[in-house]
Amino acid sequence: MNEEAILAKLPGAQAVADVVAPKQSFLAALGTWARNQPVGAVSGLMVIFLILVAVFAPQIAPFDPVETNYGAMTQAPSVQYWLGTDQFGRDLLSRIIWGARTALFIGFTSAILGATLGLVLGVASAYFSGWVDLLFQRIMDVFLAFPLIILAMAAVAVFGTGPDKVILAIMLPFVPRCARVVRSGALAIREMPYVDAARALGYGHMRIILRHMAPNCMAPYLIMLTTFLGQAILIEASLSYLGMGVQEPTAAWGLMLQGGAETYAETAPWIAVFPGLAITLAVFAFNLFGDAMRDTLDPKLRSR
Amino acid sequence: MRKYILKRLLLVIPTLFGAAALVFIMLRLIPGDICEIRMSGDGGYFDQRALDQCREDSGTNLPMMTQFINFIWGLMRFDFGTSMWTGQPVLTEIALRFELSLQVAIMATIIGVIIAIPLGTISAVKQNTWIDYVVRAFSIAGIATPSFWLGILIILGLLMSTQYVLGTPWMPPITYKPIWEAPLYNLSMLIWPTVATGYRYSAVVTRMTRSALLEVLREDYVRTARAKGLWEKVIIRKHALKNALLPVVTIVGMEFAFLMGGLAVTEQVFNLNGVGKLFVDSVLNNDYTMTQSLVMLVVMIFVMVNFLVDICYAWMDPRIRYS
Repeated sequence: MNEEAILAKLPGAQAVADVVAPKQSFLAALGTWARNQPVGAVSGLMVIFLILVAVFAPQIAPFDPVETNYGAMTQAPSVQYWLGTDQFGRDLLSRIIWGARTALFIGFTSAILGATLGLVLGVASAYFSGWVDLLFQRIMDVFLAFPLIILAMAAVAVFGTGPDKVILAIMLPFVPRCARVVRSGALAIREMPYVDAARALGYGHMRIILRHMAPNCMAPYLIMLTTFLGQAILIEASLSYLGMGVQEPTAAWGLMLQGGAETYAETAPWIAVFPGLAITLAVFAFNLFGDAMRDTLDPKLRSR
Repeated sequence: MRKYILKRLLLVIPTLFGAAALVFIMLRLIPGDICEIRMSGDGGYFDQRALDQCREDSGTNLPMMTQFINFIWGLMRFDFGTSMWTGQPVLTEIALRFELSLQVAIMATIIGVIIAIPLGTISAVKQNTWIDYVVRAFSIAGIATPSFWLGILIILGLLMSTQYVLGTPWMPPITYKPIWEAPLYNLSMLIWPTVATGYRYSAVVTRMTRSALLEVLREDYVRTARAKGLWEKVIIRKHALKNALLPVVTIVGMEFAFLMGGLAVTEQVFNLNGVGKLFVDSVLNNDYTMTQSLVMLVVMIFVMVNFLVDICYAWMDPRIRYS
């Protein structure tokens, strides 16, 4: 065994190697990450696959997702209809492919908006401190007293249904959750010399918050963002299932489980099985990816 | 301890007050007002008299400040007003359905915790063996599976298996009877939604138990206990698990929130006439008085559960009381 291999086995070797090692190319770094986080790499591939499906839905889907065909109602999976058809004769596979587009669009938009707003508010709260921070914390406490999906449903009650309103409804409960985590990190950053320097240079509040502090809170931000993705997809599906989300005839996974799935449970179980499987797999992939992300970015939580 | 409880209780009041204010403001954000939305939702045309009547009934013709004071005063007396959909007092409607939802919630919590703690313990003790992998797969799947889909699958499984075994498909009963009147009937009805909502619960708690126990097992005092030749069983049960359960208690409280959301969805699947279904129906029917009361009810329950969890936590870990 050569010296390098022995050194690499010592505790803390990874941390030293991270500092000492010359900068790897992006691809090589990605390879190292994938070796350290095999589960994360696999789930990352699943996420990329889902994104590709969502983007190229029109090219992949064998049928029109909203076109009804009364000659082919509740057909079992076959060569023509891989996953069967629903009670209106619509191809399930095509609807699931287009549903990925709905789920990912709403999931990404609401998670990104919620986390980003939380980032800015959390950093601002830590930056201003004093009574602003105190008031802000109390307001966040109030928002956190609402269970996630209950707040989303209440928002739907106020704003109504439809994709844009659903994004707003799902985003709303994310903001305080991200703000709280980011704020606790930003409190330490506020005391950093470079923030003092920026202040001494006479920069405005906005510039210090957005250009100097926020970029240094990227780790908690990204962790929260990836956690939100899975949750957002789950909430979107739940809302759509309850009739509070995306409306027919748009293809959405939750919506596909509404109505027909139970009525035809005995005769056409595929209507109930496949869309749910799609939701579960997507949330599963995003959750695992989020876990890997957290392990990578937050060394304190590593090896749990 | 008494001082801590008092201090914690004082924090509950501003949170509840803020939540009430938030609900109040949200309902006033609706373009137009709740009466206009309700009336035009029915077909577009509405006459002014009905609108005025509705505004008078709901009190939206009064000045904002008066409305807010009335709202808070009503909440404090548990007077939530009347439903805009059925015309019945909100409290009566909730009382009719509360028992069922409460039973499912309690059963899901109990089953979730009873399954989760042994599973999480085994998984941590046998880390990186096949048992550990199976338990982890179980819990990761539980977090990703939507409760309504699990509910549909349970119904599907019930229908198919009874069809196969009995020859006729069997569905769980729909009309609610309290457990002390017809225990078997009651359980045959409510055990399925309990499983559907409880799976996620147990999955989350299992994960937490596992990671908390793994952390504790690395502590010095566990090594000392091992070094002095204590039985592994005693180490786990008396030394490790006791300390590992602290974060588990917190997550039980936090997940209670998800449970309440899960109930809203699961009751829809099993067609149970509970508070969750009432909430969904009131949102879909634009029944604003009902929606705002139910949101407040959920927040109150959630805040109280968190309060109890904190008290539990302080009781189990004296360090918290004094900090």
